[in-house]
Amino acid sequence: MARDVVRSTLARWDTVLLVVLAAVVVVAGVLVEGFASGRNFQFLLLDVVAIALIALPLTLIVITGEIDLSVASTLGLCSAVMGQLWVAGLSLELVVVLVVGLGAVLGAVNAVFVTRFALPSLAVTIGTLAAYRGLAFVVLGDQAVADFPFSWTTAASSTVGGGSVPWAAVVTLVLAVVFGVVLHATPFGRSLYAMGNNAEAATFSGIRVARAKFWLFVVSGAVSGLAGVYWTLRFASARADNAAGLELAVVAAVLLGGVSIFGGRGTLLGVLAGVLLLGAVRNALQLADVAADTLNVVTGGLLIASVVVPNVVGMARTRWRRRQRTA
Amino acid sequence: MSARENGSRFVHKLWLAREFGIVVALGLLVLVTTVDSPNFLSPQSLRDLMLGAAILVVLAVGQTVVIISRNIDLSVGAVLGLVAFATGKLLSSAPGTPTVVAVLVGVGLGAVCGVVNGVLVAAARVPALVITLGTLYAFRGIDHSWARGEQINASDMPRSFLGLGTWTVLGVPVLALIALAVMLAVGFYLRNYRSGRELYAIGSEPAAARLSGIPVGRRVFTSFVVCGALAGLAGVLYAARFGTIDATVGTGIELQVVAAAVVGGVAIFGGSGSVYGAALGALLLTTIGSSLAVLRINPFWQQAVVGGLILAAIGLDRLLAVRAANRLRGRSSHGA
Repeated sequence: MARDVVRSTLARWDTVLLVVLAAVVVVAGVLVEGFASGRNFQFLLLDVVAIALIALPLTLIVITGEIDLSVASTLGLCSAVMGQLWVAGLSLELVVVLVVGLGAVLGAVNAVFVTRFALPSLAVTIGTLAAYRGLAFVVLGDQAVADFPFSWTTAASSTVGGGSVPWAAVVTLVLAVVFGVVLHATPFGRSLYAMGNNAEAATFSGIRVARAKFWLFVVSGAVSGLAGVYWTLRFASARADNAAGLELAVVAAVLLGGVSIFGGRGTLLGVLAGVLLLGAVRNALQLADVAADTLNVVTGGLLIASVVVPNVVGMARTRWRRRQRTA
Repeated sequence: MSARENGSRFVHKLWLAREFGIVVALGLLVLVTTVDSPNFLSPQSLRDLMLGAAILVVLAVGQTVVIISRNIDLSVGAVLGLVAFATGKLLSSAPGTPTVVAVLVGVGLGAVCGVVNGVLVAAARVPALVITLGTLYAFRGIDHSWARGEQINASDMPRSFLGLGTWTVLGVPVLALIALAVMLAVGFYLRNYRSGRELYAIGSEPAAARLSGIPVGRRVFTSFVVCGALAGLAGVLYAARFGTIDATVGTGIELQVVAAAVVGGVAIFGGSGSVYGAALGALLLTTIGSSLAVLRINPFWQQAVVGGLILAAIGLDRLLAVRAANRLRGRSSHGA
């Protein structure tokens, strides 16, 4: 009995990821000079905050069997609008509220196309990926707005008690707990898995599939808007091309975290481990003076391995069991 | 059947064809732009338009083959970049290399990348979106670590090779003729060969295709090799046309390619669409770019327009599908 529990825990992807993450941190801490410092830890966390934030709602969306590729463009458009509103003289508090609201509206546009018109989210969000990024350039051109108040831009990277844990990471963690509770401990969360496994069956069992997906896309947009605020303040620069291409990194982290692209499977803990693993590997390799180019090969390799290895192991196991049975 | 009936049936078929909408949009765009500035239809700017569209057309044709079978290849931009650099490197280090050899090497290298994608997708039964997202990073990383910030310029390459990008036959750029030939060849294959038709069957219902004895794994593998080879060809054409190559060549072009296919009526979840539609989609996207410039509209609008166009295209596609389904339902209730 106890052995079964150990075995089933070990067989879980989240556990595997956490073990790999711990191993990477230990190995890098020993081998890579500067990795195991508080300051590096702070920068590592600051670097992964935007990806981690966006990955939270995206995890829920992918579990329902949909996808949102427009997240980084939403971030960029929100950043551009934030710049223009600030230049127009609004107070920064109001700007932040408006920008997060804008993110929600952009998410709602995705949601209408996906749920009302029943269009594939992959196609819809490739469309809005282009549209939102284009609008960001229409709003701000290739200008940058950089004159945000110093107190705000330093707040984006300030740490708890001046230690090495950024406030931004704390906020992300709190949100992660909220998303984790919603996903893993509420009927709503369970229903998301049901939708991902079989949307039709979920509909027949009384789950309001369209309404749930609608709000997930709205939340995804709002959180991307929040990430846009963070990004703008962290780099003290509102630009239309902020976070261009980040959607691929976020999707990579979510999939590495063990969420099935077909929906119905995945945990938030796994995704957080995936985000941190990608961040830690890149950070360690950068410190070890491995060229930035090699990082891409590693990222791609990790992503492929994360889907191929469990599959091949699974296939081998089934074959082995079948042979045992026939023997 | 009377000639008139035949004619009206032809018109009806034309009206229903997915490609019809794009042709109309393209026609309107060209019309509006030409009214504003008649130079838009001058031979020179038409040549520029064809040159601009050629590479995207080749990529979109390859992508269509993959998408039809309910897969996707996001790595095409990275393959294009890698092959463009490899071609440049080959020609600058061995200037005597004949153009044909350079083309073959490029197409071959692209096909090898396609084999990697195909093996991973078909053998490990892993979704193509994930695999090609991974190889997008991997191929691009290999490109970067090979190039190490190096740039290859036109002066490093033989003029005979660069001619591929500039020569014209009767005023039509060779590049555009190559793209046209690729489109016709692949279009003919998909329509008339059993293995081509089987790709549609796989895309419509993979499980049913498997049960009916179609070698799904082998067909999907082949489609990735074809897509990779065409991305390789596009890389060679890129090198010939622009002459300046570094490791960032083709960054982000994968989304344009998917956009061209989607605008061209290729259903993202497989089973329907044609390479002609995808090629028209690529032509439309390219034309929008030059029209906006000619109309003196802020070029920043281009991407926003492309996004709107994708949404309009998939929306229209859904509308047509719903109408067709309603009509079928109506007919069957009459029959009963």
